[in-house]
Amino acid sequence: MKDEISREERVDNLKGMGCSRKRVEDARFTQGKGNYVDDVKLDGMLFGDFVRSPYAHANIKSINTEAALKVPGVLAVLTAADLEPLGLHWMPTLAGDKQMVLADGKVLFQGQEVAYVVAEDRYAAADGIEAVEVEYEELQVLVNPFEALKSDVILRPDTVDENGKAVDGAHGPRNHPNHIFTWEAGDKDPTEEVIANADVVAEEEMYYHRTHPCPLETCGCVASMDKVNGKLTLWGTFQAPHAIRTIVSLISGIEEHNIRVISPDIGGGFGNKVGAYPGYVCSVVASIVTGKPVKWIEDRMDNLMTTAFARDYWMKGKISATPEGKITGLHCHVTADHGGFDACADPTKFPAGFMNICTGSYDIPTAYLAVDGVYTNKAPGGVSYRCSFRVTEAVYFIERMIEVLAIKLDMDAAELRRINFIKKEQFPYKAALGWEYDSGDYHTAWDKALKAVDYDGLRAEQAQRVEDFKAGKTRKLMGVGLSFFTEIVGAGPVKNCDILGLGMFDSCEIRIHPTGSAIARLGTISQGQGHATTFAQILATEIGLSADSITIEEGDTDTAPYGLGTYGSRSTPVAGAATAMAGRKIRAKAQMIAAYLLEVHDNDVEFDVDRFVVKGAPERFKTMKEIAFAAYNQAIPGIEPGLEAVSYYDPPNMTYPFGAYVCVMDIDVDTGVTEIRRFYALDDCGTRINPMVIEGQVHGGLTEALAVALGQEIAYDDMGNVKTGTLMDFFLPTAWEVPNYETDYTVTPSPHHPIGAKGVGESPHVGGVPCFSNAVQDAFRAFGNTHTNMPHDHWRIWKTANELGLHD
Amino acid sequence: MIPAAFDYYRPKDMEAVLSILAEHGDDARVMAGGHSLIPMMKLRMADVPHLIDLQDVPDLSDIVVSADSIKIGAMVTQADLIDHAGLTKAAPILREAALQIADPQVRYMGTIGGNVANGDPGNDMPGLMQCLDATFHLVGPDGARDVAARDFYEAAYMTDREDDEVLTGVTIPTPQGGYAYEKQKRKIGDYATAAAAVQIVKDGDTCTFASVAMTNLSDTPIYSADAVDALVGTKVDDAAIKAAIAAMLDDIDPSEDNRGPVAFKNHVAGVILRRTIERAWSRA
Amino acid sequence: MSNKKHIKLNVNGKEEEFLAEPRELLIYTLRERLNITGPHIGCETSHCGACTVTINGKSIKSCTMYTVQAEGKDVTTIEGIGGPDDLHPLQEAFKEHHGLQCGYCTPGMITRATKLLEENPNPTEEEIRFGMAGNICRCTGYQNIVKSIQAAATEMNAAKEAAE
Repeated sequence: MKDEISREERVDNLKGMGCSRKRVEDARFTQGKGNYVDDVKLDGMLFGDFVRSPYAHANIKSINTEAALKVPGVLAVLTAADLEPLGLHWMPTLAGDKQMVLADGKVLFQGQEVAYVVAEDRYAAADGIEAVEVEYEELQVLVNPFEALKSDVILRPDTVDENGKAVDGAHGPRNHPNHIFTWEAGDKDPTEEVIANADVVAEEEMYYHRTHPCPLETCGCVASMDKVNGKLTLWGTFQAPHAIRTIVSLISGIEEHNIRVISPDIGGGFGNKVGAYPGYVCSVVASIVTGKPVKWIEDRMDNLMTTAFARDYWMKGKISATPEGKITGLHCHVTADHGGFDACADPTKFPAGFMNICTGSYDIPTAYLAVDGVYTNKAPGGVSYRCSFRVTEAVYFIERMIEVLAIKLDMDAAELRRINFIKKEQFPYKAALGWEYDSGDYHTAWDKALKAVDYDGLRAEQAQRVEDFKAGKTRKLMGVGLSFFTEIVGAGPVKNCDILGLGMFDSCEIRIHPTGSAIARLGTISQGQGHATTFAQILATEIGLSADSITIEEGDTDTAPYGLGTYGSRSTPVAGAATAMAGRKIRAKAQMIAAYLLEVHDNDVEFDVDRFVVKGAPERFKTMKEIAFAAYNQAIPGIEPGLEAVSYYDPPNMTYPFGAYVCVMDIDVDTGVTEIRRFYALDDCGTRINPMVIEGQVHGGLTEALAVALGQEIAYDDMGNVKTGTLMDFFLPTAWEVPNYETDYTVTPSPHHPIGAKGVGESPHVGGVPCFSNAVQDAFRAFGNTHTNMPHDHWRIWKTANELGLHD
Repeated sequence: MIPAAFDYYRPKDMEAVLSILAEHGDDARVMAGGHSLIPMMKLRMADVPHLIDLQDVPDLSDIVVSADSIKIGAMVTQADLIDHAGLTKAAPILREAALQIADPQVRYMGTIGGNVANGDPGNDMPGLMQCLDATFHLVGPDGARDVAARDFYEAAYMTDREDDEVLTGVTIPTPQGGYAYEKQKRKIGDYATAAAAVQIVKDGDTCTFASVAMTNLSDTPIYSADAVDALVGTKVDDAAIKAAIAAMLDDIDPSEDNRGPVAFKNHVAGVILRRTIERAWSRA
Repeated sequence: MSNKKHIKLNVNGKEEEFLAEPRELLIYTLRERLNITGPHIGCETSHCGACTVTINGKSIKSCTMYTVQAEGKDVTTIEGIGGPDDLHPLQEAFKEHHGLQCGYCTPGMITRATKLLEENPNPTEEEIRFGMAGNICRCTGYQNIVKSIQAAATEMNAAKEAAE
């Protein structure tokens, strides 16, 4: 057989890994034909919505639903008393704690769900909410975790025994009724000894403020109980649909095969849609009670006030070094404000997530970390906002500590990083806090980044700016923000990663159709990452069929294989690996079929782009399309018909993407207004599947980082009132506030991942926040600043300048 | 966010508007673009049992630029202000300020009448109207009356307008000299951390006329007569600007909010006023 | 209870007639009454622009307009801008330049952009950023949205020139 097109063209036609394939999702999204949960419309569908507490801490004296039930269109009002007989007035959280579904005698945060009104439409539901009368008895409010640990006010009656003594929590002993856990990593005594005897020690306290992932689409669901068939279907904004099915089964008692969970298109997640929320439980109950489908959709205030905050870590660090700048030890203590319930979405064995990646990209021989979780009168959550579990906090901590140490040493912060980086030859590298970094080449990335921005030139310009400022020639300072981050993503190995006992493997199931097209289903769910595009590219390269002939489907638990979902940059490291492995199973069977068809031994054919060829005789081949057809339609001795494969992939290790970022910022000292002049981002996510998608992820992650660093926060007043409940005050940047970014890359493949990919969606957020923050801090370094807390909004920057005497 | 139910009226003339207002008293509200009122209704922070939509009332959408004055109907939108060439020529400060309000979609709906009548200290137009010494035209059961913008605002959301009156338009004397509107905000769509409107006339190298008003730095807009006094007759040098800032700071009374504490706002108010004066002076 | 109002709208070229409570917001009329689900709800306080539609030639946030206010007007949503057989150059450009990710802001974004390019057929980057500032995107960081709009403008101007 003669080949009419070149090998190069055959590679191009596959649209496999490495090409900037256009996204297959975009046709429907650009035409307004996405299908998000609020687009789900069922016959007879009802609406549910919550009566929420206006108080942050109060006893509930009474709930009177009489007037509400008289509102036309209101069908039912659920309270904790209604859920209690079902055992559903509390529910388990992902962190091993439990959370009230509806207020059980008291409320612990403003906006807490008190009653659930079920009505014929959203208007009647809103009127019903207004008519529910709740009598509250206000209690002392604790919004500060340090005060909560000293207070006589016990927030949670279930944390103490009958003598008022704190009982053990899910993660060990409590040292106070408002204390949730202490979690430690590393070696305490040796670390303290190293620091006590060190030549140079830098110390800093920093608060990583509370914020929120705030996807543009809020959380919601539609629950539909089909009483005839005993089947519950639950559509929702679920980043982990399979886990939601299991949780719903466990708490409702409905057998898992009778529950179908569907995540339709999701309008952004960023961690907000990992957890299980009272709205889901109440909607399911309401559907069971009424026999009708029930929709619940949060409004934006509900979303910001109640579902899934992020961060809120009070971090205290000590870092020691030799006079030459070689780091010898790191000590970190965190007081973690978890709000009224511990609803963090972390792997069970990691109640502070992967905060123990806080030694960063540096070869630090001795380290110790302790995290104390605390209850306060704030909303529960503690989710990973565009990051792997608490990695943003860890990277912020170490990237600030490096800067603080550089100041202490009077050394250039770029150079300090360089002399402490883990060296290429040290990988795989066992870090002092336990993780084994799989691969890295930090020096190459750093040098490339510094060269690209002309780092020395920037420092010279900055020095001149300081001179000009002192001479009264300008009122603008210039900051050069640096950050070098190592992420830890792809949770994770089942031996140490589970959520509520569910192992964090992931999966892919592939069916090749006779004509040589295919469908692949995965346990993950895209929320904008473009899985339908990129996973098809992985498969195209692995199985030799064009990506355009491969449908990717996710999010329907009746059809997709079980997996733990999409968050923590785990899709590519885990499900992407499963996809490659399933593809290889297809290829193995295809090889046998090809050998049979070509009448040679199995070992005498080899895979080449889109076909198997006879070794040494490339003109003799069978394309994958031909093989697919034969697999179904030709009797092949010893081989059963069909061409399908399933892979459940339990990763041997996490992956460790890294990157080098530089931000150049100008700051108006008199108004606190910042201007980002330049942002350079070099990412190494290992093998690059789709450069266009990677670049898009980097732009987006950096913009979310900009927001967090420069103004985005969930702020409370002393009474526990949320001060930032709408988009007027909760900072989501528009196109006007966002700069253009320069992107760059190096490629250091993961040695243990089947295709060497590491994940990228969260890197820019993780690395971006400290980079923006360091730029602000660096601008004031020449005037004596060591650290100020984020968010660096206008007034806080102004305050820094003011305290440094720059307004005098 | 669903508002409470209400009755809706879209009268065809002002007489009908006034009779609905007379009938329902403070249970009725007029609405222009609705971009202040509707969010408040959705948050159930405003209870409006009777909503009167002014869009069909004639003669409220005109911009008339005469030799010495400009009349702008209450229903003229920010987008209309921005797009009107004659207006921009006669009073360029209006366009400069309007572009700093909200975002393109909101500017298509937001009206000058709504912006000035609402009494929201965050709105930009009230301060600008005080700077321009505008006259507000009101009509009520007892007929029409005029109120100076500088006398209109009493407290946050409290104005000289009675519940049964409607603001139909504003008239401003054609502004003279250099102008500037400076606004510091956190992002597009935000109210001002501090904003200043300045008109200034230069004769030779001396300031012969000035007008200064500040936005979102008190519970009303602040026209600062003392700041004006500090500028007029001077060469608008550093000392004069400092004196004007000091005078302005005596007049404002900012309160702490998410934009920052009082000390910050006072400081920024001074910086912004300096920049506004300098820019206006450079154009004078 | 309030009185329902008789409302006539022209939506994407089709006359619609129905009775609605005055408090019915245009976004819900479109999404729930007329099953036009392209426009989305993001913030509900007129900050995010996901609900943007065009009404009588103006870009409007339909979460902050009562349907009765739109009585007698022409409404265009993303569904009226282009479909499978007649994609608008902006729809093509957003696909081509990765101007979207989760797709939730996209209908409002493209709807607003159609109007922006009518207002200003040759916008600079700065003008695009300013003219699109009423629409929030949480995924893309805007860089590729700007690129998409620039590309569409070039395409549309070339087509216009060719036609003349």
